[in-house]
Amino acid sequence: MSTESLRIVWIYPDLLSTYGDRGNALILARRARQRGMPVEVLEVRSDQQLPATADIYLVGGGEDGPQALGAQRLIADGGLHRAVAQGSVVFGVCAGYQLLGTSFFAKGVQCRGLELLDLRSDRGESRAVGELAGEIDPRLGLPALTGFENHGGRTHLGPEVSPLARVTAGIGNDGATEGAWRGKLLGTYSHGPALARNPALADLLLRWATGAHQLPPLDDTWSDRLRTERRAAVAAARA
Amino acid sequence: MPLRAKVASSVSRTAAALSRAAGRGDGSVIGGWIGLKIDPDLLAHLSAGRAIALVSGTNGKTTTTRLTAAAVGVLGRVATNSFGANMPTGHTSALAKAGSTPYAALEVDEHYLAQVLEATDPHVVALLNLSRDQLDRAKEVAMMAQLWRAALVRHTDVRVVANADDPMVVWAATPPADPARGINPPHVTWFSAGQRWHDDSWVCPECGSTIQRSGEQWWCTGCPLRRPEPQWVVEDEGVLDPTGAWHKVSLQLPGKVNLGNAATALAVAAEFGVRPVDAVSRLGIVTSVAGRYAQVDKDGRNIRLLLAKNPASWLEAFDMADEAPTLLSINARDPDGLDTSWLFDVDFAPLRGRQVLITGDRAYDLAVRLDVNDVPFQHVRTFDDAIRSVPPGRLEVIANYTAFQDIRAELDRVN
Repeated sequence: MSTESLRIVWIYPDLLSTYGDRGNALILARRARQRGMPVEVLEVRSDQQLPATADIYLVGGGEDGPQALGAQRLIADGGLHRAVAQGSVVFGVCAGYQLLGTSFFAKGVQCRGLELLDLRSDRGESRAVGELAGEIDPRLGLPALTGFENHGGRTHLGPEVSPLARVTAGIGNDGATEGAWRGKLLGTYSHGPALARNPALADLLLRWATGAHQLPPLDDTWSDRLRTERRAAVAAARA
Repeated sequence: MPLRAKVASSVSRTAAALSRAAGRGDGSVIGGWIGLKIDPDLLAHLSAGRAIALVSGTNGKTTTTRLTAAAVGVLGRVATNSFGANMPTGHTSALAKAGSTPYAALEVDEHYLAQVLEATDPHVVALLNLSRDQLDRAKEVAMMAQLWRAALVRHTDVRVVANADDPMVVWAATPPADPARGINPPHVTWFSAGQRWHDDSWVCPECGSTIQRSGEQWWCTGCPLRRPEPQWVVEDEGVLDPTGAWHKVSLQLPGKVNLGNAATALAVAAEFGVRPVDAVSRLGIVTSVAGRYAQVDKDGRNIRLLLAKNPASWLEAFDMADEAPTLLSINARDPDGLDTSWLFDVDFAPLRGRQVLITGDRAYDLAVRLDVNDVPFQHVRTFDDAIRSVPPGRLEVIANYTAFQDIRAELDRVN
């Protein structure tokens, strides 16, 4: 960790916070505090400079206009690139996932991404809206991914990244794979408060940030019940 | 009215009556649906000869429409879609059912405003607010504002009553004028009722710059868009009118947000020539609106129903609710939106210290949210379990749309 407290930066809540994205910052902070780690959450608006020394950076979802603007400002700022070079963790969701790649489409125009992940996004024929589920890359050692997706993009992964999951319900990147990761950078189409349904993913980000091999378990009764219920709902919809 | 429209109108009324008699619903949609099948222009025909007010926005439109109907009622009979059926089928049913009336006050789903403006040629349109709501199928806020703006450009003769505190509404209500081509800006009367929710208007819809706020003022840092000076203002327990006169408003509906809705209703009624001093006492007659704010006594509990559908309306509901045991119920069926992510846009901290019960199809989503929010709660399976779990006295029920309807059904469709 960079300082004595875990520093979490929520990038541009004024642009990239379409629906409940705040949840990821709240969940990471709470799970860290429950393990006795002091936490500092910084909300950095798009007219402010991004600190380059935080431990975890969160990039949330947004509509086309804010997404393009957010990418431009992040490229001009350069802080996120410096942070990644120093080994910080980045978690991108939906529009925030797309803009970590080399290019994406917004308002019908191809936009330059941050080139932090080897992937590019274009437009699908139809919007992907609904439950999203998948089996996560076994190397990450996590239980199944569950979420809700709402996006018009299709994402094509290059050789330098691995898919986060193999899709079992929904679309994700292209109907076959969902999300991507490399090193301590991870992105997903599971939008909004993705960590609410995936506490083990939250703990993975915390382990990456702290270097801890494992973290003391927490009482996840309610998120476990939520996961079970959502899994059943997806199965029922398919039957 | 053309013969086809007369037939359509009559069949529409009959179908609505049958639907009610069969216990299938309020009859507020089916009648209009059948009528519009027979005559697609039925809504326009039914609107002709009436002075109409439309009320639209993300939140508060059902209540504001009800209050507007009460205020305009000073002048004569007012047709209104009081069951919240706010699409053209609902408008058609309401007007057909009311028969000939000099006035109408119609609540309009924000997505349908352009279409209903076209069909009804209203005298006034009230624009309340725009915020995030059911984003899995609804339009993003800026796009909604753009649709409103484009619709108003085509109807520059309509009088607009709009919320000065909402940058998205202000932008929508002030489309660019082009006097050379005979396009003049619509006449706008501004009201101010305060606004708790700001998270959908940090970026200027005109130029993309940051919007700054200080106290009640807001302004764009990159273009001239800023808060206009309001003519109708909520102050203390009343409303200041454009002449500077203050009218005490005694509502049976709770919360500051309803004082704002009352101010809007008075401003709309004034466009028809109603003096606020004549209308204000009529607002106090409204006790509940399609079950919203209704109070029911059951098993020694005084149950009050509050509807909250999206982050902005949850903040207002916490302001209205008493410090009493509170039941929260969340569904995610089609009318609610299938996505529960918005729960994390709501800060539930005001509920700390109250006994909190949760229920509904998506109670577990709410459970995870409350857990992260450090709000202790108890999960109950049914509404009856909830009643049994609280001591005699007030029980506040806050629920989203279908969850609210489920509980209303348990209480014999209380109005």
